[in-house]
Amino acid sequence: MNLLVPTADDGGFHSPSIDEFFPQVLLFADTPFEINRIILIRFIAVLAIVLLFWLGTRRMKVVPGRFQSVVEMGLDFVRVNIAEDLLGKKDAKRFLPILATMFFMVLAMNLTGIIPFLNIAGTSVIGVPLVLAIVSWITFVYAGIKKSPSGFFKNALFPAGVPWPVYIIVTPIEFISTFIIRPITLTLRLMMNMIVGHLLLVLFFAATQFFIISLSGWFTALGVFTFAFGLVFTLFEVLVAVLQAYIFAILTAVYIQLAVAEEH
Amino acid sequence: MLNAFVTAAEDGAAHNPILPATYDIIWSAVCFVIVLVVFWKVALPRLYKLLDERGAAIEGNIAKADEAQRKAEAALEEYTAQLADARAEAGRIREGAREDGKKIVAEAKDQASEEASRITTSAHAQIEAERQSALVSLRGEVGSLALGLASSVIGESLDDDKKATAVVDRFLKDLEASETTAAGNK
Repeated sequence: MNLLVPTADDGGFHSPSIDEFFPQVLLFADTPFEINRIILIRFIAVLAIVLLFWLGTRRMKVVPGRFQSVVEMGLDFVRVNIAEDLLGKKDAKRFLPILATMFFMVLAMNLTGIIPFLNIAGTSVIGVPLVLAIVSWITFVYAGIKKSPSGFFKNALFPAGVPWPVYIIVTPIEFISTFIIRPITLTLRLMMNMIVGHLLLVLFFAATQFFIISLSGWFTALGVFTFAFGLVFTLFEVLVAVLQAYIFAILTAVYIQLAVAEEH
Repeated sequence: MLNAFVTAAEDGAAHNPILPATYDIIWSAVCFVIVLVVFWKVALPRLYKLLDERGAAIEGNIAKADEAQRKAEAALEEYTAQLADARAEAGRIREGAREDGKKIVAEAKDQASEEASRITTSAHAQIEAERQSALVSLRGEVGSLALGLASSVIGESLDDDKKATAVVDRFLKDLEASETTAAGNK
């Protein structure tokens, strides 16, 4: 399957399918270290992050230049708008490495979905969303237990101001929502957004290809139409990429904040 | 929607997007760890170091500005004081000059009047002296004239000087007395 040219097969209409997300294995087949195209794209995204933030913070000056300003703006967005706003300065410093990693990793791997020749989001396969959701889960449970083990579970499972018989119902619900639903929703929200975004783009551009090249004639007009939609949705995907990264990081921050809060 | 994907997956190569593959998890975890280490050990410490430096720089600048402000205020105060001193000094000098001037004028006046009176006095003395000498010489001449005249009138020489002089003196005394009375009568 060639993702660079989605309709390369036979001139017919290539309908997008879930197989897009399971391309052929390139290296280490049949080992736990298989590498396919999407894994390579993730490596590229990681490399971009490492280069950007390694080189971008290498010679930081008190009065920043242009490049440093951009890097600082990115880091300060996570530091101030996500971490410090929700957690306060002290806790923000503790959890900022995790939150910044989540934000920039999700952002970079989302953006690969619209970068030409990469064309698929690194987060559109469950691995990254799941790993990050598990990290988020471990982080907020750790934060809560570190703060006060009894207080954390009491707050999470036995919310205050409820008559005790109601706990019979409330406690299992709280348990499921806090410890099971949270990581699942984090994972699925991100992955599904990226899968659907990719399928929509494939659909529009495959249709454009089909209308203009394979059918031609009056269908060209339709092809222009689908191409325009593809373009609009590409821009929309930029928004979704940033938004999903923001949501992932800020939800994790919220979970940590709820875990370290005295009472809620 | 999930069902649709699952169905689609069953139609295709039996791929289920929500069942993670081992390699997927492993490589995702590797990616996560790499990015985490970069942020945790490199990027964020550098960022915090920079923020501290920037904070210190700003505080330093504020302190510097305060210092400069204080210095400027001190200098202003000093200048004001100096200016006031200078004004007072100038006033004193002016006052002194005025007094000196007055003194000089008064001295000059005194000297002038002294000089004037001295000149007047010496003039008076000279006049008096000249009058006296005139008087004496006049008296001598008038005496000899009168004696000559009298000698020729009486035909006899009045050579006895003692006598002659006494006569002349008496005559002149009379003359003076008559003059004085005339002057007194005037």
